[in-house]
Amino acid sequence: MGIIATSRLKSPWIMHFDNSSCNGCDIEVLACLTPLYDVERFGIVNMGNPKHADVLVVTGPVNRRTARVLKNLYEQIPGPKMVIAVGTCGTSGGVFHNCYNVLGGVDKVIPVDVYVPGCAARPEAIIDGVVLALQKLAKLQGVAL
Amino acid sequence: MNAWIIAIVTVIVAPFIGGLLAGIDRRITARLQGRFGPPILQPFYDFFKLLGKAKIASSRLQLIWIYGYLVFMVTALLFLVLKLDLLLLVFVIGFAGVSFALGGFSSKSPYSHIGANRELMQMLAYEPVLLLFALGVFAVNGSFLISEIFNNPTPLLARLWPIFIAVLLILTIKLRKSPFDLATSHHGHQELIKGIMTEYSGPYYALIQLTEWYEYVLLLGLVYIFWANPWWAGLIVAAVAYILELLIDNITARMTVGWAVKFVWSVGLVLCVLNLIYFWLLPIKGVS
Repeated sequence: MGIIATSRLKSPWIMHFDNSSCNGCDIEVLACLTPLYDVERFGIVNMGNPKHADVLVVTGPVNRRTARVLKNLYEQIPGPKMVIAVGTCGTSGGVFHNCYNVLGGVDKVIPVDVYVPGCAARPEAIIDGVVLALQKLAKLQGVAL
Repeated sequence: MNAWIIAIVTVIVAPFIGGLLAGIDRRITARLQGRFGPPILQPFYDFFKLLGKAKIASSRLQLIWIYGYLVFMVTALLFLVLKLDLLLLVFVIGFAGVSFALGGFSSKSPYSHIGANRELMQMLAYEPVLLLFALGVFAVNGSFLISEIFNNPTPLLARLWPIFIAVLLILTIKLRKSPFDLATSHHGHQELIKGIMTEYSGPYYALIQLTEWYEYVLLLGLVYIFWANPWWAGLIVAAVAYILELLIDNITARMTVGWAVKFVWSVGLVLCVLNLIYFWLLPIKGVS
């Protein structure tokens, strides 16, 4: 199990889902993949497919429409999996928290491991969030990161 | 007995070589794009991580087909390292491709179906060229046996260079590189998610990666036999071909399937046929 536990920390494949975000955080998530930040250094790859993903990166507040999509995507990811809520809206609903169609943060629908606040969250903060999630996973498995 | 040892060593060592090649691929691709890139061992981390994921299968049948894909690919590689029949090797590669496509068809996902359709179209493009490659080898050596290629002091490249260019095209298709990156899409997630591989997850996806590593070794082995004497010349040819493929991957856009078939048939097949005409028809005309 040792080699598998270590490998899990070295190859987190993320899937990015946009609930009903204003696209601010989405652009910052994609900025992480550009040559400037290049998260592939740490084995992080953006997959378009929940069945291949390990980390679900969710931006934007959950509304009544996207709640079931989010739940469906979460269930399609094979475990062990982690969820990172990115941006103020993703963590709490942000400025939309009282809207008639908005449920609130991502944690209203699926369990969230790491919250990355910010409007929009900086790419550095998002990378830090992924590292935090990995530290959490390392602690669970009893492996040093 | 000796053959058994070679076979076992190949089955064990080939994935390591294939995985390293995949790692080098990702590193060089990153450098070409102005990025730093992942560690060379990254494909192995990915592989072991996938082995540890939950087993979720959308259909039992597709699992049988990917085991078939793996077994046929390993068989083809063994044909190469044991220096057996090149023609049968081409057929076994065909079986492997068909297994993979049927695996894609056996789930209900439309992305998987699109990918499998494209995989079949790509096979339509490359199978005739591989077959003509085997015929070209027969024209030179009078035998389909790969051991004859190793016995021949003149390299195949000297007489079969048009076929070599066609085989480089096939290499681009089989390595799933742009402009032929159509059935699975390494980068075009928006278009077809992961194509034929969409429905495989966890350990089953790891199995596909393992098969791809065997495939890398097999394909570069096929490039190697173009200059099998002396032994190091083939390695240089294979290395240059691989780096050329990475370069082509990074400087071309992804094209459509129809274009791929037309292009490979109009350039690859024509090169092969011209090469064969030069070998077979002209001497016969001279004799009669």
